[in-house]
Amino acid sequence: MDAATVADGVRGQRRPIPIWLVIWAVALLLTAALYLFQQLWPWAVTYPEAWTVPLRFWVSDFMKWLINSFDLGLFTFKEFTRSIAWLLQWPLDFAGGLLASGFKLAWGEEAEWFIPRLSWLAVTAVVILIGYQSGGIRLALLVGGCFLYLVIFGQWDSAMVTLSSIVIAVPIGVVLGVFIGILGFRSRRAERLIVPILDLMQTVPVFAYLVPVLFLFGFGPVAAMVATIIYATPPMVRCAMLSLKQVPTEIVEFGQMVGCSRRQLLWKIQIPSARPTLMVGVNQVIMLSLNMVIIASMIGAGGLGFDVLSSLKRLRIGEGIEAGVAITVLAIALDRISQGFANRPPSEQRDRPDSFIARYPYTTIALGIVIITSLAGTFIEGLHTFPERLQVTTGTWWNDLVSWININFFDELEAIKTWLLLNVLIPVKRFLLVLPWLAVVGMVGLAGYQLGGWRLALFTGSLALFMAVTGNWEKSMISVYLCGISVIIAALIGIPIGIYSARHERAHRVVQVVVDTLQTLPSFVYLIPVVMLFRVGDFSAMIAVVAYALAPAIRYTDHGIRQIPPSLVEAGKAFGCSRRQMLWKVQLPIALPEIMLGINQVIMMALAMLVITALVGTRDLGQEVYIALTKADTGRGIVAGLCVAFIAMISDRLISAWAQRKKKEFGLA
Amino acid sequence: MESPERSVKISCHDLWKLFGDNAKEYLTEHNGSVSAQSLKEAGLIGAVCDANFEVFEGEIFIIMGLSGSGKSTLVRCMSRLIEPTAGKVMFENQDLLKASEHELIDIRRHKMGMVFQHFALLPHLTVLHNVAFPLEIQGVDRASREQRAREIIELVGLEGRENYYPRELSGGQQQRVGIARSLAVEPDIWFLDEPFSALDPLIRREMQDEFLRLQNLLHKSIVFITHDFDEAIRLADRIAIMQDGHIIQIGSPEQLVLEPATDYVAEFTREIPRAKIFSAGAIMAPPTGNTLGKVSASTKIEDLAETVVNSKSDVAVVDSDGRTVGQLSRRAVLDVLVGKSTA
Ligand SMILES: Nc1ncnc2c1ncn2[C@@H]1O[C@H](COP(=O)(O)OP(=O)(O)O)[C@@H](O)[C@H]1O
Ligand SMILES: [Mg+2]
Repeated sequence: MDAATVADGVRGQRRPIPIWLVIWAVALLLTAALYLFQQLWPWAVTYPEAWTVPLRFWVSDFMKWLINSFDLGLFTFKEFTRSIAWLLQWPLDFAGGLLASGFKLAWGEEAEWFIPRLSWLAVTAVVILIGYQSGGIRLALLVGGCFLYLVIFGQWDSAMVTLSSIVIAVPIGVVLGVFIGILGFRSRRAERLIVPILDLMQTVPVFAYLVPVLFLFGFGPVAAMVATIIYATPPMVRCAMLSLKQVPTEIVEFGQMVGCSRRQLLWKIQIPSARPTLMVGVNQVIMLSLNMVIIASMIGAGGLGFDVLSSLKRLRIGEGIEAGVAITVLAIALDRISQGFANRPPSEQRDRPDSFIARYPYTTIALGIVIITSLAGTFIEGLHTFPERLQVTTGTWWNDLVSWININFFDELEAIKTWLLLNVLIPVKRFLLVLPWLAVVGMVGLAGYQLGGWRLALFTGSLALFMAVTGNWEKSMISVYLCGISVIIAALIGIPIGIYSARHERAHRVVQVVVDTLQTLPSFVYLIPVVMLFRVGDFSAMIAVVAYALAPAIRYTDHGIRQIPPSLVEAGKAFGCSRRQMLWKVQLPIALPEIMLGINQVIMMALAMLVITALVGTRDLGQEVYIALTKADTGRGIVAGLCVAFIAMISDRLISAWAQRKKKEFGLA
Repeated sequence: MESPERSVKISCHDLWKLFGDNAKEYLTEHNGSVSAQSLKEAGLIGAVCDANFEVFEGEIFIIMGLSGSGKSTLVRCMSRLIEPTAGKVMFENQDLLKASEHELIDIRRHKMGMVFQHFALLPHLTVLHNVAFPLEIQGVDRASREQRAREIIELVGLEGRENYYPRELSGGQQQRVGIARSLAVEPDIWFLDEPFSALDPLIRREMQDEFLRLQNLLHKSIVFITHDFDEAIRLADRIAIMQDGHIIQIGSPEQLVLEPATDYVAEFTREIPRAKIFSAGAIMAPPTGNTLGKVSASTKIEDLAETVVNSKSDVAVVDSDGRTVGQLSRRAVLDVLVGKSTA
């Protein structure tokens, strides 16, 4: 008998808590019994290999069939992917030529003409102008500083390669997202199809779909861009659907009353009214595209991502940090510019002057700058390519810093690492690995039943079962272990910081800035210092995951406490609560659901990061996906990726169900 | 009171709107005889039940009822923003419910205007472009639509604000834009769904005056929704009172006060000072004796009381053509003011 059958016995007695206490005690006893008498039922403890469903091979075979023999009637699937690749290639080439490599035009046999790329001066000036238009002088200075950083620290060439793929990927992602969003908005049936796919796409780790993209598009910048677009588009779809739904009924009715056709209604009324939320989506697309920069370089994107990845592989820490910072700087600049445009109230030209210059002053100035600097650049080399002798590199400085820390603090660092490994990491890992799979699946189902009834139980239970059935149980448990410990540590650090910042205005302001910055850093950047200090292994992975996933723990705690109605706090004061009592008896219990949602976010981010830490040598699902990527083994990668997604979904559904219930109990929902 | 020769602009015949699943089947099954109880059992909401009325050319027809009584649904059925469950809506001798999508778009573009409770201005357009928007949809060229928009903006007293965005205007000004916008196409029928309900009482009053001023200029056929009985009697030629989806009485303000059909209607009229409702025409005596000065027959007692009470003699009552149709004594006016008269 497993734990799930226990739940049968108490059907109908769901509410009172003591009963659940008993049930869980029984479940734990059963688990212990399963373990202690495992000779009797070895299959219930370790999933028998013979029972494994060869799903990964099926998927691989399917992909092969798709590529080799699938015929869509007019054309084959292969031709289809080829034409997409071709369609993406030429804008990418154009942007690359403009920003990074210049154009080579060949006339006939011998005549060749080379048009150089835009100079650093031109690009920086145009970006400053855009910054000014989006957010005034302060933003102009900020983005100007960012781009000057790229120039001075010698990151320009790579940064422009990266930027050129971003400026193509983002508009495509936005347009695609808006169109899919419109589809979902207009047809309920489409919506019911789209939403679950989005859910899945946002929980499957990126690596998992790098594999099929690699398989379909081959290695190179186009494949990288396809992966970027796939990764960055889902939030745009969501924002588009949400924002269109939010347009007030009266405005839509107005549109109908003036006799708009369906198309006019959409483009003249609904889309413009939905602009603010749509812009949030655009910002998301930009940030996710930048987040993909390093990962995309695994399947052929050049630029900054490639620099980070290669220096990480060669343990050239200094260079890695420089390129990583450059990505961050680029991210900050693009993030602030897009936010600036999002927050700016809409404006059309109030009066439409007739001349082009007066009508489009910014465009005119930008064109002027480009022409002047380009001309100047042909005479003065330094204005076109920033002279190398003026560039600064911090690479050696970082290297020295690392060696210095390693020389002076080696023993301490090593001691911390060993202690944690021996006393926490390894015991937990061993424990999770000996747990009978049947009991774990049963308990996951039981938790689902307790929090959300039969449907949730079925959902969580079968997702857990999937990991066993596809032969990924052990790796999944290692992922759970790494993720679990990281989440706990992140919570232990993040929640107190969140509490402190909720109660101290000045701390709050500092924390906001720090958390904002943490969240603009691409995930890979966290790996660099960790590898420097702790080298590879589970411990490094854990530190990187904690660092990456910390932000939501802080943010949600802070927000959860701040959103408590002031009347409740006043009531507490009236009863004579001390500050400490106020925290423990009033604020924390009420903020708990919100904090749990933060923990939920922490788990999602931890799982995303976990896959990336496979680079530093873990043995979990992430490694499985990574190996699949290097071997281009589609089935293996997809199935392991699904396992990661399912862990994420199980914890997400359970925690959301719990938080929802609590919020309702408190009347905060 | 309506004169029989006035032409009907729009009319509703046995109009129903039930929200919920299988509303149409339910209605055919019950063949129009529907009780609140059986609706509830079928899980349906009767937003509009069996509405029958007509709106005459040039009149202000007010639909009054508490929130949730079905006013908005009714007015939306009349423009087919909401598809009625059953019945007929005749607009200029055409059954709107039989109009094709194309015809409907055409009718809405050229013959209907609507003003919304929460203004429903387009946030990304200036006042000028908001007002010109309906014309833009019709395909009018830029120069002429902007010129027309400027004229109307001036008409509603917003000149100088053409280049403002809606968010830069006060509530009252925003609704002026809403009004201007709905008039831009010179509609034959003008729907206003609680246009002043979102405004402060003082502004509301000002907007009501403004509305009457516009109507004196334009003579539109108007369906005006409100939940405010004061507003209704101030503006209405005729009022329809709605309760739980049913129209329970239609009549002029005087009729509603004098002959309330149900206690529910009487409840509304109880607090209303008679002087606000009765016009000179309703309480005048036949023109027999000497008179001094004159008032118009449609003037409310409230507004002429001072003149008559201070007058040394009876005051003549004249119709809109200036012919004397009766006379008003001090006594009669005082009776109304102290609440004795039932006219
Ligand atoms: N789309 C809808 N679906 C279901 N019920 C509705 C819908 N719209 C309105 N109702 C219901 O119909 C009734 C009338 O609503 P409405 O016409 O908005 O009233 P009013 O404008 O007089 O306040 C209300 O009970 C309301 O809840
Ligand atoms: Mg309403």
